[in-house]
Amino acid sequence: MKFRIYRYDPESGKAPFMQDFELDFDPQGKKVLDALIAIKDTLDDSLAFRRSCREGVCGSDGFNVNGKNVLACVTALEGLKEPIEIRPLPRLGVIRDLIVDMAQFYQHYRAVKPYLINLDPEPENERLQSPEQRAELDGLWECILCGCCTTACPSFWWNPERFLGPAALMQGYRFIADSRDQATDERLDFLEDPYRLFRCHGIMNCVEVCPKGLNPTAAIGKIKSLLVKRAL
Amino acid sequence: MIPKRTFDAVIIGGGGAGLRAALQLAEANLKVALISKVFPTRSHTVSAQGGITAALANVSDDNWHWHMYDTVKGSDYLGDQDAIEFMCRNAASAVYELEHMGLPFSRLDNGKIYQRPFGGQSQNYGGEQAIRTCAAADRTGHALLHTLYQRNIAARTQFFDEFFALDLMRDEEGVITGVTALEIETGQPWLFEARATLLATGGACRIFRHSTNAHINTGDGLGMVLRAGLPLEDMEFWQFHPTGIPEVGSLISEGVRGEGGFLVNKEGEKFMSRYAPNAKDLASRDVVARSIAQEIRAGRGCGPHGDYVHLKIEHLGAEMIKARLPGIRELSMQFAGADPITDPIPVTPTAHYMMGGIPSNMHGQVVAPVRTGPEEATPGLYAVGECACVSVHGANRLGGNSLLDLVVFGRAAGMHMIEYLRENPIPRPMPQEQVDKSLARLARWDKKAGSETVAGLRAAMQKIMQDHCGVYRTEALLKEGLELLDQVEARLPDAALSDHSRMFNTARLEALELENLMPIARATLVSALARSESRGAHTREDHPKRDDDHWLRHTLYFRAGDQLDYKPVRLKPLTVETFQPKERTY
Repeated sequence: MKFRIYRYDPESGKAPFMQDFELDFDPQGKKVLDALIAIKDTLDDSLAFRRSCREGVCGSDGFNVNGKNVLACVTALEGLKEPIEIRPLPRLGVIRDLIVDMAQFYQHYRAVKPYLINLDPEPENERLQSPEQRAELDGLWECILCGCCTTACPSFWWNPERFLGPAALMQGYRFIADSRDQATDERLDFLEDPYRLFRCHGIMNCVEVCPKGLNPTAAIGKIKSLLVKRAL
Repeated sequence: MIPKRTFDAVIIGGGGAGLRAALQLAEANLKVALISKVFPTRSHTVSAQGGITAALANVSDDNWHWHMYDTVKGSDYLGDQDAIEFMCRNAASAVYELEHMGLPFSRLDNGKIYQRPFGGQSQNYGGEQAIRTCAAADRTGHALLHTLYQRNIAARTQFFDEFFALDLMRDEEGVITGVTALEIETGQPWLFEARATLLATGGACRIFRHSTNAHINTGDGLGMVLRAGLPLEDMEFWQFHPTGIPEVGSLISEGVRGEGGFLVNKEGEKFMSRYAPNAKDLASRDVVARSIAQEIRAGRGCGPHGDYVHLKIEHLGAEMIKARLPGIRELSMQFAGADPITDPIPVTPTAHYMMGGIPSNMHGQVVAPVRTGPEEATPGLYAVGECACVSVHGANRLGGNSLLDLVVFGRAAGMHMIEYLRENPIPRPMPQEQVDKSLARLARWDKKAGSETVAGLRAAMQKIMQDHCGVYRTEALLKEGLELLDQVEARLPDAALSDHSRMFNTARLEALELENLMPIARATLVSALARSESRGAHTREDHPKRDDDHWLRHTLYFRAGDQLDYKPVRLKPLTVETFQPKERTY
């Protein structure tokens, strides 16, 4: 199989380049991550990339494969056009090869206060939540923070420091939507900002690339409609 | 001189156990650093699926005594009953605490936390199936890990993400004074000085070729402990989960059978009723794994090579599968090419969990015999989670008890560390020769020429462990495995990397990980060879019976000379009567 992989070695003083690899590999049932590991194990141990769970739940191995942001570990090799072109996620700084600097992405995540705020005394047992109330969280809490959506978003490309991006906004809404959370107003105050939230123009790249099948655009839409309702 | 940071406490590992302990310390306003080789939500806790067990009695009549009985029985009586009582007693409050933190548990119609049946659970000491495992769909580990990480953000825990811990610094009096660690992005080694160090580095199933574990599960804390001259406990006990996807290894939760799924062989027979007439598909994991292995051996396996069986859930219906088992469906479609709404899932026993580990007590203190005397706590050193052996899981862990272990003992260790730090306010000097030794170990991988590769040696080790230390073991098989491992270990000094860069050198990381895995594989083979009985997950075909007269005791493995020592099982619980060992049937 033929691969073309983005290489950058910060210690070499050289500019990034695309390197071709040819791997003797049966793609049947195998994923892009399997091929990357085989390249590292047998051809070039200096190829650097993050990986952990290898089953699409930890969010380590988001890369741009043949032009689309994907998780390498759940992306089948079969059917991909060769040479398979693998690049780091767009827009973030590259540390080395396929490893990007996620600091900005995590900072936006932290900015939305991604934790339950409830100042009532804790009950002896669980707080009650109906299955319907709990269903409001489905499609939100499953986010694995891989960064595929945010780095596919043109609004983030233009304003990476100020626009929070789809992943962080969806986690912001995850707590607004939680019947146990008491900080909706505070959260909306923070989000009501021409950049943090309103740079989203509903382009929906995030929805197209999310490897977990989540819909950040819908979550952002719900924040916007809450803001409208609040203003009325 | 290498740069140094000083904290009250250092925690190694950002999974559920490390995060829970960090939270306790950070909320007590102590200066705590959490060092993790991956961003914390990439830790393997995220892969836990089915749930966390606690006798909340939201669905079936229940209490912690029954949970305790099931856990003792599940452990094949090797679990320490004081620690098991402690865990089961504290289970409900630990789960409520997670709920209060915001964990998005699935809910029952009355708004309470959803619970599902899991293997080895009973009411009334071995009676009807209990419904005890609390779940967030089939992504409970994800929910738990993210919730704990989020709480730590709120508590302003100081994270050192993508730092790889190298060695424990142990002074002449045996006190742990911190660790050396490598900043992965820059390649800079650091000294982390702390009066208390907690290991929460997770499991090590990457010693096997096929495992449900993440690539990162390389037992780094165990390697550190062995290098510090401390022992490992019960390393012969590795859980083979009955239902992993063949070749790939991905886990298919026991919750699938809890929700009504069942196993069939190629003849379509629900074979579990032959092996466990009462509990059937919800027998303990060791029992189900052996049953599947038997079916495959008898030529009743499915597929072109007859090397797996089928797990069926079509009868549950699409709506239920999508609501309760969405993650399983996704994994099955991605890795087995089967949509469980219409097709059976191929499954086979797969290395999943390390019951043994760093010997610790229920406060998380690492305990070891001192010279010829009884065991004592190692000052300044703690271990919790899968890397630790408390032992609450004994010879076989029950499903849903691992997430519980993380939070109960993460909290307990945090609380004990707060006390310890109060009583030991003065930091002790770092032993310089140990710092030098650690740096020399790191520098070893700068060697330019070598005839061996890290990937080659790792694959060789994994194959040995897969072939010689699987579900069924014999003396001959284990002996041969150990000889082969000797040969592979002897080649390790000849290994070299071609990548000698500093920044984000993942080749070097994999080399350091292999240096942790290799002695764990050895500890496993040596411990398994000595234990001439079958108990829990350790099945010796040449010694098919459990032998309480000789083997109702814990193994301790020391690296120096592959020495073994033993210590008694703590049969006396904290407040209740002992559950006396008896024959274990399901």
